[in-house]
Amino acid sequence: MLLFNSFIFCGFICMISQIVLDNTKLTPGHITSILVVIGAFLDSFSIYDKIIKIVGGGAMVPITSFGHSLAHGALLKTNQYGLVGILMGMFDLTASGITAAIIFSFIFTLIFKPKN
Amino acid sequence: MKYIVNTNTGDYMKNYKYETIADKYGPDEHRGMNAIISFLVGGLIGLLGEGIIELICHFTNISRTDASTFMIIILIFIASLCTALGFFDKLVTKFKCGILIPITGFAHSMTSSALEYKNEGFIYGIGANIFKLAGSVILYGVVSAWFFALIRFLLGGI
Repeated sequence: MLLFNSFIFCGFICMISQIVLDNTKLTPGHITSILVVIGAFLDSFSIYDKIIKIVGGGAMVPITSFGHSLAHGALLKTNQYGLVGILMGMFDLTASGITAAIIFSFIFTLIFKPKN
Repeated sequence: MKYIVNTNTGDYMKNYKYETIADKYGPDEHRGMNAIISFLVGGLIGLLGEGIIELICHFTNISRTDASTFMIIILIFIASLCTALGFFDKLVTKFKCGILIPITGFAHSMTSSALEYKNEGFIYGIGANIFKLAGSVILYGVVSAWFFALIRFLLGGI
């Protein structure tokens, strides 16, 4: 059931952004930034956590989960350190993704040549 | 001998020609089709993500939250490799948002901008340009996450 929910949720987000891309002058860069902001907003009132419970891995795949992880890590640290915890925990959950993206893209850039 | 052009008709011809040529070679407007393709491809990537999580949980003793981290790393690896091999751009023209909105698009933007500026050297080429597109995602993500987390904290915490 989680597999089906993942398919529907992830496909739905992609479809909405494709419709927005086709009918407005926004570029893919605008849309990904907007989706990250929406993800951070949904996490701030724990809505995204409920979505993850229902949908499973499909909610972790779209770029909205990046904003969710940023806000979620920041909020978790506030339990321990108060207001400063927002600054300390910001990259806690997304560190693996960002580091992996940096390392892999740097290694592949060194190995491969650009193609047109 | 001087060559005299009637600017009005010249402009008219220019516009007319431009429009017909643009119509001929411009992108096909199949908005409904684009939406369906994005839905299917994005859905398949979400399905793949959930499938990877369930496979990892099934064969190892790793918890579900850790498995989702591994899943994201695997997807980023695949997307970076496809971009470096050069066929991710063809997939983007076919599948559009279906492949740009998942985390694969984030990895693609970093690898492609790093590869594009590789010739300009390590510092001002790769180093300065690797975050060219991903930088906006990180910037607005961090600023909005800070803002919303602050509001949540001031309203009474988690």
